[in-house]
Amino acid sequence: MSTAKEPYRLAVVSAGTSDPSSTRMLADRISSRVGSLARERGVSVEVEVIDLRELATEITTAIVSQLMGPKMTRAVEVLGRADGVVASAPVYKAAPSGLFSSFFHVLDNDLLIAKPVVLAATAGTARHALVVDEQMRSLFAYLRTMTVPTSVFAATEDWNSSELGERIGRAAIELLLLMESGFAEQVRSESWRSYQHEYGSAGGTELDIDLGSDLMRLAAGGAAPPQRRAE
Amino acid sequence: MQFGIFSVSDITRDPISGTTPSEAERIQAILKIAVKAEEVGLDVFAIGEHHNPPFFSSSPTTLLAHIAALTERLILTTATTLITTNDPVRIAEEYAMLQHLSKGRMDLMLGRGNTAPVYPWFGQDIRQGLPLALEHYNLLHKLWREDVVDWEGQFRTPLQGFTSTPRPLDDTPPFVWHGSIRTPEIAEQAAFYGNGYFANHIFWPTSHSKRLIDFYRQRFEHYGHGTRKQAIVGVGGQAYIAKRSQDAVKEFRPYFDEAPVYGHGPTLEEFTKGTPLTVGSPQEVIDKTLTFHDAFGDYQRQMFLIDHAGMPVGMVLDQLELLGGEVVPVLRKELASRRDPESAEAPTHAGLVAAKYGEGPVRQPRPNANRGDNVTGASPYQDSAPAAEYPEL
Repeated sequence: MSTAKEPYRLAVVSAGTSDPSSTRMLADRISSRVGSLARERGVSVEVEVIDLRELATEITTAIVSQLMGPKMTRAVEVLGRADGVVASAPVYKAAPSGLFSSFFHVLDNDLLIAKPVVLAATAGTARHALVVDEQMRSLFAYLRTMTVPTSVFAATEDWNSSELGERIGRAAIELLLLMESGFAEQVRSESWRSYQHEYGSAGGTELDIDLGSDLMRLAAGGAAPPQRRAE
Repeated sequence: MQFGIFSVSDITRDPISGTTPSEAERIQAILKIAVKAEEVGLDVFAIGEHHNPPFFSSSPTTLLAHIAALTERLILTTATTLITTNDPVRIAEEYAMLQHLSKGRMDLMLGRGNTAPVYPWFGQDIRQGLPLALEHYNLLHKLWREDVVDWEGQFRTPLQGFTSTPRPLDDTPPFVWHGSIRTPEIAEQAAFYGNGYFANHIFWPTSHSKRLIDFYRQRFEHYGHGTRKQAIVGVGGQAYIAKRSQDAVKEFRPYFDEAPVYGHGPTLEEFTKGTPLTVGSPQEVIDKTLTFHDAFGDYQRQMFLIDHAGMPVGMVLDQLELLGGEVVPVLRKELASRRDPESAEAPTHAGLVAAKYGEGPVRQPRPNANRGDNVTGASPYQDSAPAAEYPEL
């Protein structure tokens, strides 16, 4: 059976603020390497870019009022259907930029479960090199994503080095293999219920209601599940 | 179909005058607003419950009982009564009392409350908020329907032989709405008991509210209270009205921009586009409200938030003139013409009494003489069991 494989959907999130921005360029280099590696293996990649610069006011609005604007709504849809994600942030004051972090703060906790992610960051100095591993990785662990082993960090001096290209290649193949494995899809189909969800979470797609839960029995006049009150 | 207004009882600085009303001024203002609501032909007035500044409404039944004495037709209710941090026994007692004093012109809406510190102040744990709300209502339901209650649960000290007094007016419990925006368990509880479900349709798009309203309707039918169409749905909304659309935007913008809930966030334009808020002419408010009917089907109660964010009382009274004078009469006519004859009537005490007794006599509980407890002997009410027999000494 040799049917053409479905293209992979790759979401690129860039928090670069200028146009063009080196943060976006780094993300693009990673996504195009994923694309070329995939083509060699007979699959195409559809890239959808979420440039956080354009979402800046909607992100702050979502933080203070929970109102999701149209661009945020589209971003959530793009991430929800993505097979893989490239997330790229500039480093400010020894941390990923507030714009980058804030965007991920307002997403539902279960939107990105098990999805493979390449983490990337740019900075003006190599002293920020560990920001990806020490700060961004923990955020994505909280979101229960599958971050690839190789972090991609580019300080000013890295742009002209072949080592950056090698790291990009490593991260790209790691992401591609994780997408190929179908890991995220399988986790979601076999184990989705074992993660915590709220009604309407996962970007508004989590609408199943478990009528047999303890709380549902309590709602229907039954007894509360035995549990100790927290002291 | 009932139309009304609900207030959260915030005492907010007026961003135009720069002054903050005193508690005394704001409490007097709310009385004027409630009385005006009746004058302009609205059906319902609701007040929230809060236990921290800058809100005044810690004791809704006291306020509502006073308003009941000042009005003749208005239904007094809450938005919401905290079913989590209040003792359900006190809710049963206080609201039954309000029911007697208002001669049945009341109901109540139950909510969990979203102010975290309130829970520990009343000895509760916010992490248990949902089971607390569900269990408390299960008890409240019983207290209003059984003269003598034995009860044991997770969250409250057990009751043995307890009678909540006074018994509900005409032995017909107040109508209860369960308010929720995203908790299926609350909609389920409303459906299980055949109570009302209220979607506070304020912050999120109509599609969000529709999901749980549809779920509630389906479960209402499942539990045998009637068809989906006969389920009892209430909807919150908010509006600012002026004769001319551009005046509405101009007048309301400073209040919107500084409002405690959404101020300093989205623009007025973004918010009106993404949520049910309408700022405009009477016709625009009418049109937007009719879209709720398009989405939800026939529903029984539409509430508007028009009194908040530091708006001075004069401005709120003007809003009431426009709402009662130009918006609601058109909505009444339009919605009546669309109404499916199968759908439920809006809940009233008279309707509940008729449903319970039909043409038969209405129970008026008369207590037996005090004997110190309800555990020994017969019922504490004369009609429900023979008098207790005590041995001769």
